Amino acid sequence: MEANRLTISEARRLLDSGELTATKLLEACLAQIEKADKRLRAVLTLNEAAARLAASRADERLAAGEKGSLLGIPYLAKDNLLTKGLRTTASSKILEKYVAPYNATVINKLDEAGAILLGKTNLDEFAHGCSTETSAFGPTHNPWDLSRVPGGSSGGSAAAVAADFCLFALGSDTGGSIRQPAAFCGVVGFKPAYGAVSRFGLISMTSSTDVIGPITKTVKDAALVYEVIAGADTKDANTYPGAREIGLKEDISGLRVGLPKEYYDDSLNPQIAASLEQAKNWLLAAGAVPVELSLPNTKYAIPAYYVITPSEISSNLARFDGVAWGYRSEGSGDLDHFYKKNRGFGFGPEAKRRIMLGTFSLSSGYYEAYYKKAQAVRTLINRDFADAFLECDILLVPTQPHPAFKLGEKNTDPLSMYLEDIYLTAPSLAGLPAISIPVGLMEKDGVDLPIGAQLIASLSNEGNLLSAAQALEARVAFMPLKFA
Amino acid sequence: MLDTKEVKHIADLARLELSAAEEKNYGTQLAAILDYIDLLNEADTSSVAPTIQVGQLSNVWRSDEAVSWPEDEIEMSLNSSELEGRQIKVKRVL
Repeated sequence: MEANRLTISEARRLLDSGELTATKLLEACLAQIEKADKRLRAVLTLNEAAARLAASRADERLAAGEKGSLLGIPYLAKDNLLTKGLRTTASSKILEKYVAPYNATVINKLDEAGAILLGKTNLDEFAHGCSTETSAFGPTHNPWDLSRVPGGSSGGSAAAVAADFCLFALGSDTGGSIRQPAAFCGVVGFKPAYGAVSRFGLISMTSSTDVIGPITKTVKDAALVYEVIAGADTKDANTYPGAREIGLKEDISGLRVGLPKEYYDDSLNPQIAASLEQAKNWLLAAGAVPVELSLPNTKYAIPAYYVITPSEISSNLARFDGVAWGYRSEGSGDLDHFYKKNRGFGFGPEAKRRIMLGTFSLSSGYYEAYYKKAQAVRTLINRDFADAFLECDILLVPTQPHPAFKLGEKNTDPLSMYLEDIYLTAPSLAGLPAISIPVGLMEKDGVDLPIGAQLIASLSNEGNLLSAAQALEARVAFMPLKFA
Repeated sequence: MLDTKEVKHIADLARLELSAAEEKNYGTQLAAILDYIDLLNEADTSSVAPTIQVGQLSNVWRSDEAVSWPEDEIEMSLNSSELEGRQIKVKRVL
């Protein structure tokens, strides 16, 4: 048995029955990383020694009869989540040597639950991108086809789960950064509702949409991780209280599935359109009811997002000035010059592009026309969703407009890269929970590549969302990759 | 197209040192992106207020209480800077 290929639920049963130990499970994951990461480059920093200690502690807890959904389960975390004593780079030169003094809340919660942190995964620099190609440490490769991108920005996490480096990984999603790489890599990516999971210790990108969530092999596993990491935290004032238990329902009969026509226009790849049609039919076979509807302001989601996001980035990244932490240049000059040198050298091209764009849209004379206009359009987008959820319980839409693209295919044209997020940014702007699950494969250059379907629900409806995703997953019977 | 003067002004506001090649490149790229963003002008927003908060919360209050911070974390948090006692050395301002 290759224990690293297990789902969380399968490993749970074996760990509890004593047929498997946390240490054996950890070693299987480490062996797979050792064997395969030279080709994928998904892992930036390994946490081997501490992970071995944590695994033996988990084995003691298991031997003492302790139960816990994630006790002894190894995972990887995106490298924009702070980990005490273990380097956190955000895949940027500016933080290349940064070691955080404390853990992100999600890391602490997983630690208490007995999950085992294996290491940190690659991402687009500061999570700016959808291919991992903006990482200062080089791109991650897609395990289905090494010449293709894994998606991004949580591309390292998605590739790692698809290649069985770990049983789950954490990602962050600002405008699609969990869902899109999950779709490109044929795994499950769940973006919780805004405020459901504490962001304390997540390196801020767009504070009005940033969410941390799980990338897993199954929907059930996503629910298990979510239940551990969700909840109110005094260190993130945007978190809301209340139980976050997901009661996954087997029966979804009567569930109203909305099909917004704007997401099914001619720009969608025909094979993806066919997979989505099949996904719809599977949901109907499970008892769901279709509702044709319209989200008329969908076309404004990308332009609004690419005003709001850079604006918040330009503000959030102002703190990286080289004074208290991060890269600092040598030589003389005054403080202003010192800032400019540190930032000009430390940030990569995409981070600088977004800082420039955001600084422009917030600057005197342009603020009203860009930032304020985008936030007003955002209100229209939010209303579209509010209206839609009067008629339906969940929405079924594509995750991606086409399968994973080639490394280098898009990184000279920033606008075409931004359009990768076409189906993803609207739910982010509205703060809605959304999940991508694999629903099929399409052949490209003789290689099978995964296709994702996205389900979106209203703010407090994660239960319906994940139940529908699980019902769909059961009918898809997607065969996971066995990356050797 | 943003001219070099505008790009330099934005870079100055953003405290970014850019090479001449970067200035030219960003001028072209930002102009293309802004052209696309102009699509927003087609949206009628005359009757809506800008979004200031998504989610389920309004104001969240707590009392402003100091909590102790472990000494080792303070030292670690400033790990790449120049410390003198409990102060950080910076370049001259004027």
